[in-house]
Amino acid sequence: MHYQGALVTQSGTLIILLLGVLAVFFYAAKQRALNAAGGASGIRTLHSLPRYYGAYAVLWAAIPALVALLAWGFFQDPIVTKLVVSHLPPQQKSLSEAELSLVINDIRNLAAGDRSLDAVSSQIALAAEHYKNLHATAVAAKFVVILALAVVGGLFAWSRVSPRLQARNRVENIIRGVLILCSVIAIFTTIGIVLSVLFESIRFFEYIPFTEFLFGTHWNPSTNSFGAIPIFTGTLMISVIALLIAVPVGLMSAVYLSEYASNHFRAWAKPLLEILAGIPTVVYGFFAALTVAPFFANLGHSLGWDISPESALAAGVVMGIMIIPFVSSLSDDVINAVPQAMRDASYGMGATKSETIMKVILPAALPGIVGSVLLAASRAIGETMIVVMAAGLAANLTANPFEAVTTVTVQIVTALVGDQEFDSPKTLVAFALGLVLFAVTLVLNIFALHVVRKYREQYD
Amino acid sequence: MSETTQAVKKSLSRRYRKEKIFRATGMAAILVGLSFVVILFVNIISKGYPAFEQTYIKLPIHFDEQTIDPQGERDPEVLRRADYMGLVKESLREAFPDVKGRSDKRDLYNLVSKGAGYDLADRVLADPALIGQTQELWLLADDEIDTFVKGHVTHSETIPLAGNPVVTDNDGQLRITGDAVVMDSLQNSLRDLVPVEMADEEETVMLPDDGPSVLLELQGGLVRITAYDPEGVTGKVVSPLKPDATDAGWNLVLHETPEAERRVKDKTIFWVRTLESRGLVEKHFNTVFFTSGDSREPEQSGIAGALAGSMLTLIVTLLLSFPIGVGAAIYLEEFAPRNRWTDLIEVNINNLAAVPSIVFGLLGLAVFISFFGLPRSAPLVGGLVLTLMTLPTIIIASRAALKSVPPSIKEAALGVGASKMQAMFHHVLPLALPGMLTGTIIGMAQALGETAPLLMIGMVAFIVDIPQGFTDNATVLPVQIFLWADSPERAFVERTSAAIMVLLGFLIGMNALAVFLRKKFERKW
Repeated sequence: MHYQGALVTQSGTLIILLLGVLAVFFYAAKQRALNAAGGASGIRTLHSLPRYYGAYAVLWAAIPALVALLAWGFFQDPIVTKLVVSHLPPQQKSLSEAELSLVINDIRNLAAGDRSLDAVSSQIALAAEHYKNLHATAVAAKFVVILALAVVGGLFAWSRVSPRLQARNRVENIIRGVLILCSVIAIFTTIGIVLSVLFESIRFFEYIPFTEFLFGTHWNPSTNSFGAIPIFTGTLMISVIALLIAVPVGLMSAVYLSEYASNHFRAWAKPLLEILAGIPTVVYGFFAALTVAPFFANLGHSLGWDISPESALAAGVVMGIMIIPFVSSLSDDVINAVPQAMRDASYGMGATKSETIMKVILPAALPGIVGSVLLAASRAIGETMIVVMAAGLAANLTANPFEAVTTVTVQIVTALVGDQEFDSPKTLVAFALGLVLFAVTLVLNIFALHVVRKYREQYD
Repeated sequence: MSETTQAVKKSLSRRYRKEKIFRATGMAAILVGLSFVVILFVNIISKGYPAFEQTYIKLPIHFDEQTIDPQGERDPEVLRRADYMGLVKESLREAFPDVKGRSDKRDLYNLVSKGAGYDLADRVLADPALIGQTQELWLLADDEIDTFVKGHVTHSETIPLAGNPVVTDNDGQLRITGDAVVMDSLQNSLRDLVPVEMADEEETVMLPDDGPSVLLELQGGLVRITAYDPEGVTGKVVSPLKPDATDAGWNLVLHETPEAERRVKDKTIFWVRTLESRGLVEKHFNTVFFTSGDSREPEQSGIAGALAGSMLTLIVTLLLSFPIGVGAAIYLEEFAPRNRWTDLIEVNINNLAAVPSIVFGLLGLAVFISFFGLPRSAPLVGGLVLTLMTLPTIIIASRAALKSVPPSIKEAALGVGASKMQAMFHHVLPLALPGMLTGTIIGMAQALGETAPLLMIGMVAFIVDIPQGFTDNATVLPVQIFLWADSPERAFVERTSAAIMVLLGFLIGMNALAVFLRKKFERKW
């Protein structure tokens, strides 16, 4: 605690010092520009406004310093640890990696002033002392290097300030670079997802053959059987139940709201319905596990049916409730996009409202509606908390909605929550399932977005 | 009338009926959807509101110097470690002097929460002058007692009886008889309470052990009725009678749930009822719930730790996702050339918005924790993962906000000589900012309710301490709800619902703020 506190104050001091340096350079560069122009009256002779010269110097001082700070944060600890380890006595250097990491942990805790480790060997105490010294040196060096970088960068920029320097353009180019960096993060995220999931999956498929995973029908991680068919069918069943609830209710709500409802009714019914989409999924999970599942189990009991307390039905119904607004608002959008002329033509022929809706509007809006259903399906497949809390762990290959089934997301959570050993297929399977999940939802999303967009263009 | 007109006329009523049915179906669908909203809220609130009150028991506590600080040095370390539960137990023994036997005593001590000891320690540390004094204090009751007082353990009924019963002891078997007044009131009340078909008035009715508890409170003790007949009642002693007790009243008590099916036994209920009759049991506002971290004991657990974790995580998320999201939106909307590269970015953002949240958890685990070696269970990593998740929402909302600013603003700025950057940052951005803020608040609300990715990065640990910094072990409110929902105790069910109410409160507040901002700053151009 103390140690961390000290770290925080150290970084705080460094950042405040750095900000001080930056402020000095801002005013120095601005002043130099003004002086070069011959005071406020000669400001016309400057290429840019004086504050851009200041900003130019600040960027020159700040960017190298910040890059160095970031790099320091990444590399300081590994390097210090490596140095300490290289000074350890030989018998400890020959320890296995896991044991060595325990020793290093002890050293770190001791260096951090953890008094509960009084009984460690003198060698480790020595190493801790060493670690502490190295750490102090590293921190001191960090201060010097980073401040020096800032000063050198700032001085360089300051020396280049002259009325002809295109300070604004340079500053704006850097800002533009930062903006591009921001938008590229979205791509990095996707690449990150694909790579992380893919690499760990490949490690999993070294243990379990790809085909056995994808087409095997027996799932029991504790005995290393990873046939995922029961998981896929379980996911499919719960999603289908959810869609059976959400599509009729959502679609009919959308039809009523866009074709029949008065503006007043629509103005309050639509947001109320959309509350369902804003409720956190963990709340639905709680509702499913403690209210809906016991309700179905009791209902089954009184009817003489055997409904499991972890039935696919309960999880599916609650998930269906959750995705009603996804179906209804997207369908609402597409129904509204159908041109009024088509309705008027139908009414002109003497059709009633319901006939117009069934025979003209819905067929015209069908691609969009299909898109919205696909998006809802992708939600249902990827939904985690409801199934983790209300569906089971047992991988039953069954078509009976009253039995307990398990899903892809449930298995991912069970594999990764709790104690993890990173080299076992029991843990790595989560990434293989994640890969399947990502691939399936990606295909559904791309297809659905494509259909919806194409359809919108058709009537624009 | 032509044939066609006739055919149309004939079909007209059927078509109108169809129209009505269709319309009613639409209405019904909306009502079904809305009724789900209502059911959900009623369900959560009806389960959760009792958690905002907590049962306390008032006991006279003698702060005995011998127990707390025998050396008399007032060393805080000694004061902190003293056996305060011993003081509570002493006081409970004084309140019920006739409780003997180890297991009975243990049951008696369990009336008061283990947390009461910490409470007493805090009081003594704050004011060591308490030592040697005796004070009447409200102490936290155990969660089982709290559940009973709130009426969730069993349905109970109490009927005061008339007359003076006669008790004869027959080897532990008690026989209770009396004059006509006694027998009349006893028999009538029994008939009201115990729904047993009496074929023959003369028959003896047996009350099985696994049935509801039918009890007599008399002479300061408690008797469980095992059988009754027209002449009297047979029973066994649960809590010893004091024949010399002056208290003349006696009651018939029924606890509907059989004793074996509940965790609060008849004897414990009798003690609680005795304390209640002395005015020593009260429900107070549950401050513990809002000031404590998690705990294994429901009555000592609270959401303060989870709330702090949520706040820290959201601060990280906000600090990263708002600038990055706005930056990306500005670039894509104003500066990006229309080419394949930017198309790719756009498709990417739209897809990321629909990627299941658990996949972001896998990314966080593999990249931030395994690859970069950031600490598990920390708000820092949670915030990073949630940033990636909320970015698409913020980018899409910010782009919409930028689009809604009329191009004439930008053109006017460009016309008087501003650079593109200046036109953007000095003129367009300030006008788009309210819309961007609205989108950000909605994104933050999503992040606040998110659970699944945080499970992946280890924010599910049992954490008692309230996190102080971005790298401390922490959990967040939705994960706390998930953890509590797994606990079987009724008191945790109540607290889970209450925590959900707090979470929903925050979400409604944030969304209301977003709507308010939109209404206040919305401009029609």
